[in-house]
Amino acid sequence: MGSRTSEQAPAAAGVPLRPTASQGLKIVIVGGFGVGKTTMVKSVSEIHPLSTEEIMTQAGVGIDDASSVQDKHSTTVAFDFGRISLDEYRVLYLFGAPGQERFWFLWDQLFAGSLGAIVLVDTRRLQDSWYAIDRLEFHQMPFVVAINRFEGPEPALEKVRSALALADDIPLVDCDARQRQSCKNTLITLVSHLARRSGQPAAWETTP
Amino acid sequence: MSQRPVDRESPDRLYTVTGGRTVGDEDRFDLVSLIVSERDPAPGMQSEHARILDGCRAPMAVVEISASLELPVSVVKVLLRDLLDTGSITVRHPNPHPVTARLPDRETLKQVLVGLQNL
Repeated sequence: MGSRTSEQAPAAAGVPLRPTASQGLKIVIVGGFGVGKTTMVKSVSEIHPLSTEEIMTQAGVGIDDASSVQDKHSTTVAFDFGRISLDEYRVLYLFGAPGQERFWFLWDQLFAGSLGAIVLVDTRRLQDSWYAIDRLEFHQMPFVVAINRFEGPEPALEKVRSALALADDIPLVDCDARQRQSCKNTLITLVSHLARRSGQPAAWETTP
Repeated sequence: MSQRPVDRESPDRLYTVTGGRTVGDEDRFDLVSLIVSERDPAPGMQSEHARILDGCRAPMAVVEISASLELPVSVVKVLLRDLLDTGSITVRHPNPHPVTARLPDRETLKQVLVGLQNL
């Protein structure tokens, strides 16, 4: 990937965090292949999106059998991320997570301690989103759904809500992953949703 | 999203980097734990350790270290464990509250919203 850095140049060396940075926060963007996750990260990140990887072993699949460990086949899964320094102390990391079922291992690590998730949807491939939504509900991870509008006629939001069997209280918005303002609004929609869930007073809540 | 065998990633290198120690669950570090060096690299130090100490003069998230070293996250966590055990780094954890807390605290959400609105 083009976002790879060379051996000699530490990735974020060009744009170090503030010395006061003390709290890293996570939001995960999940969706099928090619839906625009990295594009969204790039649109709002203060650094060029970076790519890294995690080793995915088959340990934990549910088979506690030593013989299966012998020929255990490890793979690595790559994922992209970017970051936004929110203030002196808080840094928000945005992760693009593949939505396919075989990446569940990565999901668990990405979602641990996350604020919430954005499910990025391509209406031409709605079925790619079903597993992601199921898994998020299973994890009780709060999320919003954003339709990345591609060219051509698109179904209305309510039709998509129905097709995804989304509950009424889950925000569903249009977005353009290429547009910074649009991505920013989607993030604000998510955080406002989180605030409502946590019983925040409406005083500081905004409607994006 | 690519998925490729570790075999093509020279497993010997990963083995050497971690000294053969187990790469396993490491809950002392989150992907976004911020790491800060507490000392300069010393001569003769393992090169990956030295690069981490160099890179973390300003705070750097675990996942950023992983990207810069081009090593999987779990391998980086093993290296960080070494550095933490010797007092060479400090860790700024993502959540000042217990990890078990389901929802982020109100103040954090409020400040995240303010930060996003100011982008």
